[in-house]
Parts: sequence; structure tokens; C-alpha cells
Amino acid sequence: MMTNPTGKITQGQFSFLPELTDAEIRLQIDYGLGKGYAWSIEYTDDPHPRNTYWEMFGMPMFDLQDAAGVMMELASCRKTFPSHYIRLMAFDSTRNVESIVMSFIVNRPENEPGFGLLRQEVGGRSIRYTVHGYASDKPEGSRY
Amino acid sequence: MNSSAIEIHNEATDITGNAKKRYTAGVLKYRQMGYWQPDYEPVATDTVCLFRITPQEGVDPVEAAAAVAGESSTATWTVVWTDRLTACDSYRAKAFKVEAVPGIPGQYFAWVAYDIILFEEGSIANITASLIGNVFSFKPLKAARLEDIRMPVALIKTFKGPPTGLVVERERLDKFGRPLLGATTKPKLGLSGRNYGRVIYEGLKGGLDFMKDDENINSQPFMHWRDRYLYVMDAVNKASAATGEVKGSYLNVTGATMEDIYERAEFAKELGSVVIMLDLVIGWSAIQSMANWARKHDMIVHMHRAGHGTYTRQKNHGVSFRVMAKWLRLAGVDHLHTGTAVGKLEGDPMTVQGYYNVCRDSYTKQDLPRGLFFDQDWADMKKVMPVASGGIHAGQMHQLIDLFGDDVILQFGGGTIGHPAGIQAGAVANRVALECIVKARNEGRDIKNEGPEILQKAAQSCTPLKQALDTWKDVSFNYTSTDTSDFATTPSVA
Repeated sequence: MMTNPTGKITQGQFSFLPELTDAEIRLQIDYGLGKGYAWSIEYTDDPHPRNTYWEMFGMPMFDLQDAAGVMMELASCRKTFPSHYIRLMAFDSTRNVESIVMSFIVNRPENEPGFGLLRQEVGGRSIRYTVHGYASDKPEGSRY
Repeated sequence: MNSSAIEIHNEATDITGNAKKRYTAGVLKYRQMGYWQPDYEPVATDTVCLFRITPQEGVDPVEAAAAVAGESSTATWTVVWTDRLTACDSYRAKAFKVEAVPGIPGQYFAWVAYDIILFEEGSIANITASLIGNVFSFKPLKAARLEDIRMPVALIKTFKGPPTGLVVERERLDKFGRPLLGATTKPKLGLSGRNYGRVIYEGLKGGLDFMKDDENINSQPFMHWRDRYLYVMDAVNKASAATGEVKGSYLNVTGATMEDIYERAEFAKELGSVVIMLDLVIGWSAIQSMANWARKHDMIVHMHRAGHGTYTRQKNHGVSFRVMAKWLRLAGVDHLHTGTAVGKLEGDPMTVQGYYNVCRDSYTKQDLPRGLFFDQDWADMKKVMPVASGGIHAGQMHQLIDLFGDDVILQFGGGTIGHPAGIQAGAVANRVALECIVKARNEGRDIKNEGPEILQKAAQSCTPLKQALDTWKDVSFNYTSTDTSDFATTPSVA
């Protein structure tokens, strides 16, 4: 159990709120589609703050216009990876943006052990820090 | 022409067509010397400035405008024959339009165009030495203010701009689709390094993305800079582990000399900080040097606009902040304090939105109510993340997000550290308020009007937010702004 005020990993847009229901997730997807964003689904069992590349659950859904399609893919991802972290991401291809513009977690493992901080004393009072996930020592697929 | 007490005589009066007459030794009016060209149409490579001028009693406004063009380019007070050794017609800045400021007698807007040869490539120091140099002390003017500037793409492309930019910053931090949250460590002065780090840790673990040194925290007797950096980075890393998020704290590297500044920045980099901070008072050249350093070391540069009020606050004299923001984007900063509109510091909401546009636009459109007099093509230059900081609290979250959108850092100093249940609770209140308003906005709610209700609902399951809303419910800073935009939608015709 993590000791931060939420007791969980706080990445993404809505980690401080109660977990979003499917109806609420769909409203967020609709908002993104209305802005012309492309949705994609990513999952991981290594939620290290600097693990940029979560696994892609299929390609970004560039031509998809209906939130129901994203929800179907999400249901399929949740079924395949019930105890992984899953996030929804929206991409904006507008010139000078061309990046992710929404990202929020929609699935988490039941138990989130979080991270420890390894301190390596080096010269003088300087310390080198390593954020280390308690679950990440186990092999992929058997961490949560 | 505008109706005003003094009639504007805007006819062409220059005598540059007659070289013998023009270069006879003696004193001529500026408008005779070629600095007033009412028929001039700026070309795409010109820089165009809009000055607000207040001529001394009895000084013809067009002559005053011509004098501004002259004194900010080639002129001296008397005719010099050495002009004739140069292609002086192109070096002269040209005042080409003068209008009375709507509703303010005695003040005039003067448009002046500058040829591209007048400015050194990639140097804000050079641009400012011309445009806001001697001319601002010129006796025939009671006051002068540079209201806005349009710079040509050819000049923009000589600058590298923000070292990181707001898009890349978000990718590095892995934070998207919501404003970032920060807080300035308080009290500003007196905390030891160890106590200071405590505030950083509590704020970041509680849910903030950034903590911040204040502008006058450098290296005083109570806390040496190295001591601060060491404790702060321990707090940052510990909070990152506790939350699973990338966290940062702006380490102010401002120092007495460039050598000090570089030394501090190097140590911040060695300790793994993602961000350093500079105060505006270090000056344009130092800012551009540090932008180069930051590009080389993958560092985000936070600019605290300490001292800007001495340039920007008086409506009749100085430099508008929209011009400062444009220059800072070129000079190369990633974060820039641009006002809150609802907090304790100066700022009319529309005018403040104008500053935000200048930081974040790819192409800024003329927008007179927001004080933007010109179109500005940014030529794909990276965008600056604006920072709203000063006297704001969780209860204003809906107003802030409605005014500024997602690409902004909202900094609640007192609004975090002053929370009755402690710093972590203050951070939680702000983060929950932020997330519930973003969520509601995306769901299609009218946050401007329903904001208080949305916050109250979220507070039912979040005690820290409830405490914050109760504590600061009556706090607002409703003073009349001293810097609103003066414009007439359709100029009146006399």
C-alpha cells in the first residue's frame, strides 16, 4: 500500500478522483473525439514514472468516430490483462502540438505496492537516487 | 482621424527628396528628416512597433512620433553629413500612423516600422537597446510606452526560442490534458535547507507536480544554495517514489555573476533536477546564455518575472508585458509568470489572456480587446508554458481553467502551505479541485457557472478540499486594474 494520500499511483489526469465508471470514461472519449483526437490503449505491469513506452493494445484508432468502438477495445484489453495498468491516451496531430493531449488510467491491479527509493552515497554529500518498483523484480506478466 | 483636442497634422513633410536642403548643417524637425512617412506600407521583413506616446505640452504628436522613430534608429539631434555615406533612407525607422488614444486626452498611438538590417541576428539585447533605449528618456515626450511589437518571420528564425517548450515538457513529465500544479515554498526567507526540503516533500507527495524557489531565494546566510539543492532533491526523489509520478522543484540558480549562475546550474544538473529557475533581473544576455546551457543539458527553464512591474505596470510609460513575453519566448524560456487575473497581483482578465496567447500561439491574431495590436507569425517556434501564481486558491479553480485552459501551471503557494490541515492536505485539495473541474469540463458541464457546485460536490468525499473551500471562501482581490486595453472597435472619424 502506497502512503501518498490516494494510496495508489497518481499518474494520469484523474488519479485523485474515484475510479471512473464506464459511462464516465465514455464521456471523456466523446470529448476527445469531438476535438479530433485519436484514441489509443496502452497497458503495462511496469508503471515506473519514467517508463515511457507502455505496450500498445493495437494501433491508435485514427479513423474511429464512435466512443463505443474504444470501449469495446478497452473491454477486450481489460479481459486480457485484468491486473495490469491500462491507460487511455488521446493524440492531437495539429501542427506544433503533435503529441499526447489526454491520458488517464482506467485499470489498476488490486494491490499497488509502489516504489522504493534507493540511495547511493557518492562524493561529499551528494546522493544518486533510483526509484525502484517493488513489483518489478518479478518477471513480466507475473508482477501483480 | 480621431477627434481630440489637438488636431493631428499627418501630411507628409519630409524633405529627403531634396538632398542639399536635407543635409545642410543645422536642426530640422524629425518629420522633415524622413522619420515621418504617412504613405509607408510596412513590408514583410519589417519590425513594426506600436508606441503610446505623451508629447510635452505644445509638441505636435506627429513630430513626437517621428522623433520616436528617429531616436530609436539613426537620428541624432542635428543634421550630420556622415548620413550621406550610408544608405540612410533604409536605416531610418519610419513613423507611418498616429492616432489619438481613445478616451485619454494627450496620449497618442504611434506606429513605427524598422528595416530588418537594423537588428543583430538572435539578440534581444540589441533589439531592446534600439527600441527601448535612449528614446525612453527623450525630453520632448512626457512618457512613452511600447505597447506591442510585430516581428518578421525572418527575424524570429534567428532565435532558438524555448529550450524545451511546453509540448516536450509534458512528454518528459508524462503529464497531459490538465494544468500542472505548483506551489512556492513559504516563508520566502529564513528556512534552513532541511526545513525547506520538508515543505517540498509534503507538497509534492500531496499531489503537486512542482515546487518552487522564490525569486529572492539565492544563497543567504540562513540557507546556502548547495544545502538547499541537496535537501530539495532528496524531497523530489522521495516524493516521486511515493507517488509514481515525475516531480520537480524549480532550483533558482540566479547569482551575482554568470560564473555563479553556471556553477549553480551545473550542480542542479548533477543532482538530477529536471528544471532550473532564473529571475528576469539577470538580464537579456544572461537569459540567452542560460537558454543555450539548458538546451545542451535537457533542462527546463522557469522564468520568474521579478522586476517586470518596473517596466510594465504604468500604462503611460514603459513596456507592455505582452512585448516582454514575446521577447522572452524568443530569448528562450520554458515557463513564464504571466498573471492570474483573479489573484492578488495586477491584471485585467482580457489583457492577461493576451499574454497567454503570446506564449502559446502558433500564430497570434490581432485581438484588440486582449491588447494584441498585430498578427504575429511564430514560425513554428516552441511554446512557453504560462504560469499563474499569486494569491489564488482551490475555490477559484473553475475560473482559472475557464480563463486559461490546460496549458498553464497553476501555483498555489499560500493556498497550499496555508491549509489548516497541513501542506499535504493543501496539495490534495488543489489536485482534487483541478481534476474534478477538468473532468466536468470534458463532460460538457458549464464550469464557469457550475464550478462552485462541482467543487462542493467533490468536497463531499474529500475533507481537505472542503477545508480549503471553507477557509478561503470569501477571499478575492477585486481591485480595478491599472492596465486595461485602450481601443476603439471602429476608430471615430473627425
